[in-house]
Amino acid sequence: MSKAWKPRIVAFFCNWCTYTAADLAGVSRMKYAANTRVIRLMCSGRVDPQFILDALSKGADGVLIGGCHPGDCHYVEGNYKMLRRFQMLKRMLKDLGIEEERLRLEWISAAEGEKVKRVINEMVAQVEKLGPLGIPAKFQEWDKEMEHFAAQVAANEAASGSACAEHGQTAAQANKMEAAHA
Amino acid sequence: MPKPKVAFYWCASCGGCEETVVDLAEDILGVVAAVDIVLWPVAMDFKYKDIEAMPDKSITATLLNGAIRSSEQEEMAHLLRRKSQFLIAFGSCAVSGGIPSLANQFPREQILKFNYEDAPTLGNGGQKTRPQLKFAEAGREVSLPELHNVVRSLDQVVEVDYYVPGCPPTPNITKAAITALLEGKLPPKGSVVAPDIALCDECPRKKSKPTNVSFTEFKRPHQLLADPELCFLAQGVLCMGPATRSGCGSQCTTGNMPCTGCFGPTSRVRDQGLKIMSSICANVAPKEEGDIDKVLAGIPDPIGTFYRYGLAKSLLRRKVNLPANGK
Repeated sequence: MSKAWKPRIVAFFCNWCTYTAADLAGVSRMKYAANTRVIRLMCSGRVDPQFILDALSKGADGVLIGGCHPGDCHYVEGNYKMLRRFQMLKRMLKDLGIEEERLRLEWISAAEGEKVKRVINEMVAQVEKLGPLGIPAKFQEWDKEMEHFAAQVAANEAASGSACAEHGQTAAQANKMEAAHA
Repeated sequence: MPKPKVAFYWCASCGGCEETVVDLAEDILGVVAAVDIVLWPVAMDFKYKDIEAMPDKSITATLLNGAIRSSEQEEMAHLLRRKSQFLIAFGSCAVSGGIPSLANQFPREQILKFNYEDAPTLGNGGQKTRPQLKFAEAGREVSLPELHNVVRSLDQVVEVDYYVPGCPPTPNITKAAITALLEGKLPPKGSVVAPDIALCDECPRKKSKPTNVSFTEFKRPHQLLADPELCFLAQGVLCMGPATRSGCGSQCTTGNMPCTGCFGPTSRVRDQGLKIMSSICANVAPKEEGDIDKVLAGIPDPIGTFYRYGLAKSLLRRKVNLPANGK
């Protein structure tokens, strides 16, 4: 990986506590690492595990989730739902080869701007230590084992010169062929 | 008018999907009368070169079952794609990788080593013989297909027109798919030939599904005598029904077994395993980490449970730190 690599962290913050705390950190002019993309949701209970793995599979190096402290959820139970999913998700990530330190759940109340700063800085340092996750590159690498064969198929199709074999060819190529036959 | 040509082919599969064609019972006679079967390795003798010699797109439909896991299967997928107007992913393995794609948790070398060297059932006297990809004798060379590092669903290799889910697909949806083909009443390309609603909708136990599910422990089917009428979730049994397409006629839940998810997710869900995990785990009763973990320990193999039929099509596809090639 190039020297320029910096961790990319997707953060899901609940509207009522953690996002408000991040706002507070902002208006208080606190400085924290700029590697986090914050997404505001109404509740940490809205964080579908699909969002988390979608972020990782599209290139995030870590995911941070912030919700209200236990007992303080605006919707009473949402943060507990997230906590329970989180406990299972950590096990699943481990089974799928992703370090559990790339995922973090924190309870941060609307008054805790300082905690937003600390948690984000810690998370960035943690992920920096782990290095890039780089799943999109892995997908490409995995599919290289099919490149050889796809090329062979394309060559065979070109050699057989069948006009109706548009599959695997671009529309332009097909058009050219049609023109040639006309 | 000539009869439409139909091909059946199998890749990494167990043969159960072939059974399902036979499970059409007497209806299969109608199918056989209406079509020309041009390829069906499990039941009839055709050669690769017969298919290769056919004009492109001359097969009306190919029903391909099994995941794509070797260079031979990859080659056949490409060939049948070229020769067919419609390519249909038939059964969970072709649709989403199926049970073979659980191998995406392990490196290829570990799989080969166990199966050819370490398995206690091997009877070759500890010779540790590995299949060789090429072998030459008397000036002739023979070759074997290569096992891929990654198990793939059919649509991760070639373009797929329709999906018939199930492990195996039930006769009713198989019949629906074949009828739609023969009558030309085709759904939009890319459709899954099953209702786009969760299994609970047709489950006979639906009435007893609690409004608030709350798990204090999980029991696996062999750990209890299940009530034959009460919703499995109310009995603390993990049922994939809420995250699985209906259309199977609730065969498992009617047979007093929970749904294991073979029909895959509905169109609104990207990752079936995560969706059911989200629903089930959010409804665990305790609120403290330690207590939550104790309840969740009742699901000892989350990947095998939540992704039983679809690891290849999950968001991560595979254990991400495995090598892409070889060792």
